[in-house]
Amino acid sequence: MAESHGEAKGQAAGAHTEAEGGHHGGAFPPFDSSNYASQLVSLAIAFVALYLIVSRIALPRVGGTIDARQNKIEGDLAEAQKLKDESDAALKAYETELTNARANAQAIGNETREKLNAASEAERKALEEKLAAKLADAEKQIATTRTNAMSNVRGIAADAAGAIVQQLAGVTPDANAVNSAVDASLKG
Amino acid sequence: MKIDPIHQFNIEPLFTLGHIGNHTIAFTNSSLYMFIAVLLIALLMLASGRDLVPGRLQSVAEISYEFVATTIRSTAGSEGMKFFPLIFSLFMFLCVSNLVGVIPYTFTISSHLIVTAALALLVFFTVLFYGLYKNGLKFFKIFVPSGVPIYILPLVMFIEVLSFFLRPVSHSVRLFANMLAGHIALKVFAGFVAMLGFSLGALGWVGGVLPLALTIALYALELLVAFLQAYVFAILTCIYLNDAIHPGH
Repeated sequence: MAESHGEAKGQAAGAHTEAEGGHHGGAFPPFDSSNYASQLVSLAIAFVALYLIVSRIALPRVGGTIDARQNKIEGDLAEAQKLKDESDAALKAYETELTNARANAQAIGNETREKLNAASEAERKALEEKLAAKLADAEKQIATTRTNAMSNVRGIAADAAGAIVQQLAGVTPDANAVNSAVDASLKG
Repeated sequence: MKIDPIHQFNIEPLFTLGHIGNHTIAFTNSSLYMFIAVLLIALLMLASGRDLVPGRLQSVAEISYEFVATTIRSTAGSEGMKFFPLIFSLFMFLCVSNLVGVIPYTFTISSHLIVTAALALLVFFTVLFYGLYKNGLKFFKIFVPSGVPIYILPLVMFIEVLSFFLRPVSHSVRLFANMLAGHIALKVFAGFVAMLGFSLGALGWVGGVLPLALTIALYALELLVAFLQAYVFAILTCIYLNDAIHPGH
């Protein structure tokens, strides 16, 4: 800025008139070194102020809001996950309970059915045995009756044969011979 | 009707603040727009709510925050977040002042080389001092790229050193020239419309349609450039700071 030393002295005096005129004597404004100092000072003040506002207040504030939101979202997501896990666990517990109850019911049903089956089987067996015993009795009785009847038939046949022989031949046949003859014909 | 596309860049002192040596320190229109930019940023960042579900203004504030933070993280790593306030200030200052400057009859701060040069030098010295403070002499590794054959190393080092010291030049001139050229072009084309309308009567009104369409198109382009140049300035700052943070690239 040393080269603008002399020039600036002149500008200091003429600054006011130039401001009124609005034209800087044909100099291209961005290269007019007379106003460099003013711009640099304003820029320094403005930029330092901006830097302080930004670094001390604005960025922590906005960053804090963003972080708070991020934390809130993460917290809510974690909460939702927790609740979901809880409901999943509850569902699982319910399903386990349901399976257990079903198995229990099935077991009870099976047990009852088996008990009833066993009871009815036992009853049936007892009944059958009773019936079988009755049948055996009846058969024995029939056999006895039949044997009795058969022996009666033999006696009657022998008597009849003896009587027939006596009537026809006039002789009394030997009882043994008649018996064996009757036996032989009964067998035949 | 005379078109003076340069008039918009005039610095007009509003009142005198004092003297430093032989320099008059005045509060100029440029100063006014600098403080307007600072005020707008402060309003945006401080007056917006802190709701869980952001409103429009709060969204803009948060989007700016996230935008700059993402830019820094992707170019300079998470260590670059140390410079978050600096880069945020630079980006918002340039972005807001450029966008204000596109409004007709306003002044564009960054159309003056002294302003962009001061900001570029601020970045340059921040990089230089932080690099030396953090890495000591290892900082000079940035001038010695690895994997270069020894016989061309001096040449490469010369180019690297030169490009390092030319950084503030390209950094500042890019912004300055973009804003200056854009505003001149806008003014020239807008001036054509008025000039045709005033000088040629009805025919001029018809003929003015073409430059008017061009002005509208240029205006849209300038809006983009206003944002883009602020972004370019910020991202270059990140890239330069990355050199200071990680010199052995």
